[in-house]
Formats: sequence, C-alpha cells, structure tokens
Amino acid sequence: MNTKTLAYILKRVGLALLTIWVVITVTFFVMHAVPGGPFIGEKATTPEVQAAMEAKYGLDKPVMVQYVTYLKDIVTKFDFGPSLKQRGRQVTDIIFEGMKTSAKLGLIAAFVALIIGVVLGSVAALRRNRLIDRIIMVITTAFVSMPSFIMGTLLLLFLSEKLHLFPANGETWQGLVLPVVTLSLYPMSYITRLTRSSMLDVLGQDYIRTAKAKGVSGPKIIFGHALKNSLIPVITYFGPMLAYIVTGSLVVEQIFSVPGVGRAFVKSITGRDYPLIMGTTIILASLIVIMNLIGDIMYKVVDPRISFE
Amino acid sequence: MAKKKIPFNIQIDVDSFLPASSEEKEYMVQMRPSSTFFRDGVKRLLKNKVATVSLIIIIIITLSSIILPSVWPYSYERQLGVSLGKPVDASYNNLRPFEYGETEKAKIEAGEKVFPHIFGTDAQGRDYFIRIVYGTRISLAVGFFASIIVLIIGMLVGSISGYIGGKVDLVIMRIVDIIYSLPDMLMVILLASVLKQTLGSAIEGTALEKIGSNIISLFIVFGLLYWVSMSRLIRGQILSLREQEYVLAAKSTGAKSGWIIKKHLIPNCISVIIISTALQIPNAIFTESYLSFLGLGVNAPMPSLGSLASDALNGINSYSYRLIIPAIVISLIVLSLNLFGDGLRDAFDPKLNG
Repeated sequence: MNTKTLAYILKRVGLALLTIWVVITVTFFVMHAVPGGPFIGEKATTPEVQAAMEAKYGLDKPVMVQYVTYLKDIVTKFDFGPSLKQRGRQVTDIIFEGMKTSAKLGLIAAFVALIIGVVLGSVAALRRNRLIDRIIMVITTAFVSMPSFIMGTLLLLFLSEKLHLFPANGETWQGLVLPVVTLSLYPMSYITRLTRSSMLDVLGQDYIRTAKAKGVSGPKIIFGHALKNSLIPVITYFGPMLAYIVTGSLVVEQIFSVPGVGRAFVKSITGRDYPLIMGTTIILASLIVIMNLIGDIMYKVVDPRISFE
Repeated sequence: MAKKKIPFNIQIDVDSFLPASSEEKEYMVQMRPSSTFFRDGVKRLLKNKVATVSLIIIIIITLSSIILPSVWPYSYERQLGVSLGKPVDASYNNLRPFEYGETEKAKIEAGEKVFPHIFGTDAQGRDYFIRIVYGTRISLAVGFFASIIVLIIGMLVGSISGYIGGKVDLVIMRIVDIIYSLPDMLMVILLASVLKQTLGSAIEGTALEKIGSNIISLFIVFGLLYWVSMSRLIRGQILSLREQEYVLAAKSTGAKSGWIIKKHLIPNCISVIIISTALQIPNAIFTESYLSFLGLGVNAPMPSLGSLASDALNGINSYSYRLIIPAIVISLIVLSLNLFGDGLRDAFDPKLNG
C-alpha cells in the first residue's frame, strides 16, 4: 500500500459517498414532485383527518425541512420513517425482513454464476474453436439476449407447470432452484464470455510460453499461471453483477412469489407507498454503489500492473 | 556517352532522371479502383455470415412491423366481439390460433371468406397476431429513438467536454462520473413511476398524448441517464485522436485541418459512434420490456413486446403460446441486433478486435 493506492481508494470512497448522497437527494425530491401526495387515492377522508395525517408524517412542513430531517434520520439512526400502507411498520424493518430471503437468493445465484461461468469460460478458451467452444458460445449468446423475466416465465412454464420438476413457490430449498437458475443464467453467460476472452489473452502472453518452454505440465500452467491472471477482469464484473441480480430479483421474486425485497419494492410502486419506495431505492442503490467500489478497489489492488490514475 | 569521373562530385546516374517509358508507366497503373473506408467495411461486413443473417432478420422484422399493420384486416386495439348497439360477443375472447368467433363462423358457412386469426385473440378479443406485430413496432421504435436521444446528448456533451477541456471538462466529467455510478435500473424505475403520474396531465391535449406518458417518460429517463457512456466515449475519442501520430504526420506533410478532419478524425470516430449506438438499441428494447413487465411501460391498449409477455402471465397454463411468441420475437430482435452490432464493430473498427 503506497500513498498512490491510498489516494485512489480515498477518491473512490469519496465518489461513492457523493453518489449515495445524490441517490438520496434525487429520490427525495423526485418523490415529492408527485402531484397530490401520498394520501390521494385513499378512501375518502375529511380535511381534518387529512391534516392530522400529514402532521403525523411531517408532510405539512416545508420541503427543505423535511429533506434535512429525512437525511439526518438516515445518517444518524438509519431510519427511513414509517410505511404508509403497512400501518405501524418501519420501512427499515420491512426491508431487512425481505433482505434475508433476497440476500440468500442473490448470493447463491452469484456463487453459481461465478463457479459455472469460470469453468465454462476456461473450457471454451482451452478448446478454442472446437465443437465444445462453439456450443458454449452459442448458448451463452442466447442467454445474454433473453430478458430475465422471459427466462423466468419460460422456466416456470416448462419445469414447474408442465413437468412438475420444481415447485413454483420459493419458500423451500427446492423452490429456490428456479429463481436461482433464472437469476444466474445471465451473469453466468457474461462471466463465461469474460473468462474466455481474458483466458485467451493470458494464454498468448510471453510468460505462458516461457512456462511451456520450461516444460511445465498443462494443468500446472492453467492453474498456476493462467487462471489467476485471467480472473482479474472478472473482479470488475462483481459490481455490475450485483446490480443485475438486484434488478433481476424484482421480476424474479414477482414471478416465483418469493417474499423478498424485490417483491416488496414492486408492491410499493403499484401501491404508491412512498417511504417504502424511497427506502428500498436508497438501500439497494447504496448496496450496488458499495459493491462497485469494492470491485474497483480490489481490481486495482490485485493487479499491480494497473496504474492508479 | 562515356562517363567521366569527376572528383568531389556526387556520383549520379543520369539515366535515373530520364522520363519514364510507357512500359515503366504501366507498373504504376492501379489494377483496381482504390477502395474507400466505407466500402472496405461493407465488404468485411458482408463476408461475416452471422452479421449478414442478423441484418436480414432485422430488416425483415422491421419492414413487416411497418407494413403489416396497414394491410392487415384487423387492428391492434379493436375488440372483435364489441360492436355498436349489440351486446358483447364473448365468443371472440381467448380464441385459439385459427379459431373463429360466432358471427365469423356464420359468415364462413354462408360461403364468405374470413381472414384467419393466426395466433388467435387475447382475453379482450383482439387479434393477437397484429398485436405482436404492432408491439414489435413499438419496441423497435422505442429502442431506435431512445438510442438517437442518447447519441445526440452524448455527442454534444462529449465533444464540448473534449474540445473545450480545462475546467468545463473537469466539471462535466465529475457529473458524468456520478451519473455513471448511479444504479441505472433503480433510477429508471423510480423516475418512470413518478413521471408516469406527473406527465399524464402535463401532456394532455397535445400531440404527445398519442405517444403516451409512459413512453415519453422512458425517453426522458434515457435522455437523463444513458448519455454518460456515450459522452465519455466521444470525449475520449476526440482527446486521443487529436494527439495521434498520423494526425501529426498529416500536419507535417502540409495537410489542411479540413482534410485532417475529413480523412482522419471522422472515419476514426464515426465507426465507434455508430457501433455503440447500434449496441444501445437492444439495450433500450431490453429496458422497455423490463419496465413494461413491471407495469411501467407503454400505456394500454398500446402493446409492446414486454407488456404482451407480461399480460400473458395471467393465462400461462392454457395459453402458453401467448407468452412464447413475444418471448421468441424479443429474443430474436435483441440477439440479431447484438450480433449485427458485433459484426459492425469487427468490420468497421479493426482496432477493437480482441
């Protein structure tokens, strides 16, 4: 760790914090630009009740005051206020409850995508232009071109409704199979292609030729020299992969009725539960920003050849 | 003539300075016309079978989505069972492929010809084939125009930032950095869900109303968020191209800046721009279908491929073809656009070849 590394890390952390602040601010003001406010569309209320409710939720104060309070509550207490539609429940509680399920689903999907992606990518690179490489590339290209909600519904249709292989509901572990498959197919295909191209790149390097010339055995070249270096670009994909899994989980949880954050988020959008929409957006966005940050820093720290500019 | 050796004189063979004979001149004649950058690229592109097939598929899909709705006997919004002054004829709802409604059956028995419902009808009795065609048209149009918006904004900001440089560049690039690190999909959902409600009243009565608030909010979202990578790309291009050795070489041989721009900067820049615009289109189609699936896409009764797939979820068991057809079309479009974009890149930007 030299000063250059430290400066880079500080700069990236600063940018990440700034981004999170922008997310909070944009979310807040965008939500307050909605005409009518959150209580429009509720069953008929008298003006007094309306005023009492607005006072309770602090909606009668000037927007800037509300903004400062909102920001302060998040920073000091990690409090996003109460939910408007689910009476008596805090946004934070709803999110954390859903997060348990969603995190499990997302982590398994990420893990599966990573392992299978790296294996398939390496196989494709080592058997370049052979049949197996062609098959892997065709399949991954097809998966990359298919939106997750279509993949999910097709899997639901064929594996669950028609063949009854897996339950459609995501409560038991068998129920997790289909959502995990749906979520991991796209990142898996992406990692496969990423690993393949970077592996091909590495295999053409001088040090691999040197190792071969020295008489190092094939597997030892791959595991000792090639794989480690070809995995470096995969690290940069961690952030985007998490972003994909988070947004993908919105539809996947909807399709397979998994009780996670994604489903709560979609429900809050249709039900116009503003504090919940804001809270979920901010927490998920911060998660993605932090993951991107970690991926970026790891990328630079792992590979000393990359300059800190 | 005998050659005399003169000391302190450069030994020059006078024969080298004789005018060329016609035989010698023939060596310099070009056997084939010189090819331009564009013609070279097209030639390379057409050699790439995958890209050519993708291009043909894109052309067929685009043309049929433009032409078919005007010649098809059914329209995407007409509910066939509903006619003025009569009770709703429910026999038209949920027809299977090549089935007919009650009044149509009567017509066929009377010897009249009735145009078949190739994919049947949907739950509201609308011809499903034409809805697919129209949905394809909407999805393609959204993808195309969204990419154009991204291109224009990105090009403007990128070139301003690249040309002016200095503090302007610094400020713009910091803004770009922040927008770039925003999680785009979440912001898109947030903005789309809010704009959907704000825009509805704002555009009432104007020409924009026909397009629908949701599509406009989609365009606004694209214009707000997706220009950043394009502007980064263009700024980078301008910055690096200005410093290239071949530009210096051209300058040193006396080329005017007009020539340099025409022969060096534009050909080197335009291919990157076109390619990334082409690759932006499937991205936009993806986003639109995703939002439609969450109920934030096009306004009903207008169909898009995403909303058709999402509507099909309700009857997934009995009418699974209604999901599978838009799924196939959307995957086919995105796949061929991606493959064609890759082909374009290989053909027009040999530098990017990995």
